[in-house]
Amino acid sequence: MGNDMLLDRREAVARLLRERGDLLVVSGLGSATYDVAAAGDDPRNFYLWGAMGGTAAMALGLALAQPERPVLAITGDGEMLMGIGSFATIGAAQPKNLSVVVLDNERYGETGAQMTATAHGIDLSGMARASGFEAMDDIRDMNAVGTLAARLHWMEGPLYATIKIDRRDYPKVLPARDGAWLRSRFREAVLGTAP
Amino acid sequence: MSGEPPAWPDQLFEVLLVNDIRQVAYVPDAGHSRVIARAAEHPDIKATVLTTEEEGVALLAGAWLGGERGVLLMQSSGVGNCVNMFTLIENCRMPLVCLVTMRGEWGEFNPWQEPMGRATPDVLARMNLQVHRADRPEDAAPMLDAAIAQSYDGFTASAVLLSQRLIGRKAFVAGG
Repeated sequence: MGNDMLLDRREAVARLLRERGDLLVVSGLGSATYDVAAAGDDPRNFYLWGAMGGTAAMALGLALAQPERPVLAITGDGEMLMGIGSFATIGAAQPKNLSVVVLDNERYGETGAQMTATAHGIDLSGMARASGFEAMDDIRDMNAVGTLAARLHWMEGPLYATIKIDRRDYPKVLPARDGAWLRSRFREAVLGTAP
Repeated sequence: MSGEPPAWPDQLFEVLLVNDIRQVAYVPDAGHSRVIARAAEHPDIKATVLTTEEEGVALLAGAWLGGERGVLLMQSSGVGNCVNMFTLIENCRMPLVCLVTMRGEWGEFNPWQEPMGRATPDVLARMNLQVHRADRPEDAAPMLDAAIAQSYDGFTASAVLLSQRLIGRKAFVAGG
């Protein structure tokens, strides 16, 4: 496939978060965390810097605890594949307010662009659909990103979407790395309690 | 193994209720079956079945970010699956309470359970969880109560091990 069918990850994530309302966001380690930070820091972002494979499961716990608020797990294809069992866990739990979005460049971006399973044709959307998600068709244009941005707030999930992105190297945008500070900030913003 | 069902599983569940536990995440074990069944039917508790125990560590971290307390139920073989995910808890100074049924000890029939069973207390301690071990039925509920209080008041991680002697040897039907 040509590069013209692949999206700019920074542009896509910025569009998803542009009118975020009360959206709560958990981002997977590596580029997804940098993309969310580049779209604008917010206390309701929880940036993972490790715990690979845990993004979707963490967002599930948050979605179950905050059923009136939309929750977004946004991560890369490698991170999602490591925690792919959580597709079944989320599908069984059926949280209406949870969306999982994978930024898929078919590569492990942090470690030298080695191919992931999606480079070999593994279909994450199909797996999500078979696991009980409302799965959108793979997203390859910004109009569809806009549709997804709206659907994050519909509360008719669990919703799944793959955004096919290009393999360009973007400058790293590094949010805070102190997990204890990030969680206190998040809880204060969402629950009004500190720590 | 006959007569009255043991009292400690229901006592453990009462400890969850008293401590405002709202999420129970689990990979099953026969020793957890009573608590899982009661959690699943309780209207104030979300019981989530996991595909692997490490999901539960992340899930309960998210639950706490959203203001809910949880416990993670697993057997000792699951502790090994959690190791890297425990770093999330330490880095973020979050509370976590694991309730672990022990295998590989006290007349274990299946030798494949032994290595992880033997390693479990050391692995948990190495990952900075405070480890409590209940060998007597009357200790189980007070230990869980203390672990929940300490972890949720102090933002630390702890595990309560329920020994295989306490739970009872797994019954296999075997000839020879």
